Amino acid sequence: MTPTPLKDRAAIVGIGQTEFAKHLEPSEKALACRAIAMALDDAGIAAHEVDAFAAYTMEATDEVEIAKAVGAGDVTFFSRVGFGGGGSCATIGHLAMAIATGQASVGVAWRSRKRGSGPRPWTDTVNQLATPAQWTRPFGLLRPVDEIAVLARRYMHEYGLTREQLGAVAIACRNRANANPAAIMYDRPLTMDDYLNARMISDPLCLFDNCLETDGALAVVMVSAERARDCRQPPVHVHAFGQGLPAQHHGMVNYWNDDPLAGPSWIAAKHLWKHSDFGPADVDVAQIYDAFTPLIPLSLEGYGFCGKGEGGAFADDGGLELGGRLPINTSGGGLSEAYVHGFNLINEGVRQLRGTSTNQVAGASTCLVTAGEAVPTSAVLLRRD
Amino acid sequence: MLKPLVDDDGAPYFEYAAKGELRMQTCANCGEVLFPPRPMCPRCQSTEFEWKLMSGRGHVWSFAVPRPPLLPDYAAFAPYPVVVVELEEDRRLRLVGNLVASEDAGAGLEAQLASVDPATIEIGQPVRAVFRQIEGLFVAAWTPDE
Repeated sequence: MTPTPLKDRAAIVGIGQTEFAKHLEPSEKALACRAIAMALDDAGIAAHEVDAFAAYTMEATDEVEIAKAVGAGDVTFFSRVGFGGGGSCATIGHLAMAIATGQASVGVAWRSRKRGSGPRPWTDTVNQLATPAQWTRPFGLLRPVDEIAVLARRYMHEYGLTREQLGAVAIACRNRANANPAAIMYDRPLTMDDYLNARMISDPLCLFDNCLETDGALAVVMVSAERARDCRQPPVHVHAFGQGLPAQHHGMVNYWNDDPLAGPSWIAAKHLWKHSDFGPADVDVAQIYDAFTPLIPLSLEGYGFCGKGEGGAFADDGGLELGGRLPINTSGGGLSEAYVHGFNLINEGVRQLRGTSTNQVAGASTCLVTAGEAVPTSAVLLRRD
Repeated sequence: MLKPLVDDDGAPYFEYAAKGELRMQTCANCGEVLFPPRPMCPRCQSTEFEWKLMSGRGHVWSFAVPRPPLLPDYAAFAPYPVVVVELEEDRRLRLVGNLVASEDAGAGLEAQLASVDPATIEIGQPVRAVFRQIEGLFVAAWTPDE
């Protein structure tokens, strides 16, 4: 058997998050510090013990500023992961590797974003035309939703994905948010009629196919599995980790592969399952990156929960609801809890395995968390003892 | 409108487009045709290239129809279709572009972005390249090929 030194060697022992809202007063830096302080408090670990950081390259505040503000000690490992929402789970994976190999002992990963009240990244016309955007944006594919709409229409054409199936994805996330007081869509139910009659944003995708613009920050604290036994919270182990950047892939406009509908999740999944004691059938609950609804059926296929082209049908008949074949995004996800670049999916995965979710899956002992499909991505399989 | 960025790798595309020719970067060593352009052939690692003339014929691979919120220049003509065209020569050569009603659809943004009713577009429909200007740069656009 292939040696797998990462398996269950590191654990998440603390989580923290600020309020989620369309507009929060504090800066991104201040929100990040608050989330990290809450995660350290949750873990019962002093800030001066922190010696590792991992974040997204799109994070506006760097680890130097964060370490100085929260009171970290001497830092021996720091890592940045690119490609926007593809980086979420990689921050956890990089810290797990650092802890497993002795490069660090207490790691913090975080994401802070004021996307609700700040400018949309796609309106930055000065810096947006690097390859491959120079071949797409001038023609009017201006926003991430436009890039995904092209893939979604092709998916509909090749495999019969329907708008009702995408609606079922949006509604599953909304139903979970309706039971989660922290979610932006806590008290706002969504019906299939609402979905089908919503205004189009980039046909074939409508308003409810899009994630929420949110201000907020989240953080996790990680230590070795040995130390985790003595922490305040039950440990949530990082059982397996994978990243994926397919051959000949191009950013989020993956139109130049042999098969653009087999995206980065296929590569991350292959690695993840190879290094795991579990397979897709053993996953009790999943948090699947959902900046846009089509990413969920594409990811369900990539991670092996169903066959190619079957992701839409998987969502039918309540497949993604509590009690369905695979309950997903149990806090509401990016579509209905908050869009903080997927980091809220990590915290919810931890809550599921602690047994403290507002939509608890009874007896959940394994949770897959994924990062953005269509961009170079990452995933972690979390488990509890 | 956003002007395409002309970098070292892609510059010949725009030079040929200005002459009304759709040419693709082609490895001078192994013949691999590449899009988007890049500094090295991923098949043989050669850095020598030719620019091969394409037939200009292809099929609509997929399309989106963006609506606001959009950048103001684009919002003025929304909803407009943006097509991805698969070239006849190689299905992996897919170009994002605009569909125009005919070769003489006229100049200006409206002709570029919104001269074709999105409801009439079908995946798989044959199209052929015509050349349009964006901010002084020539690029391939597409028109239905009867």
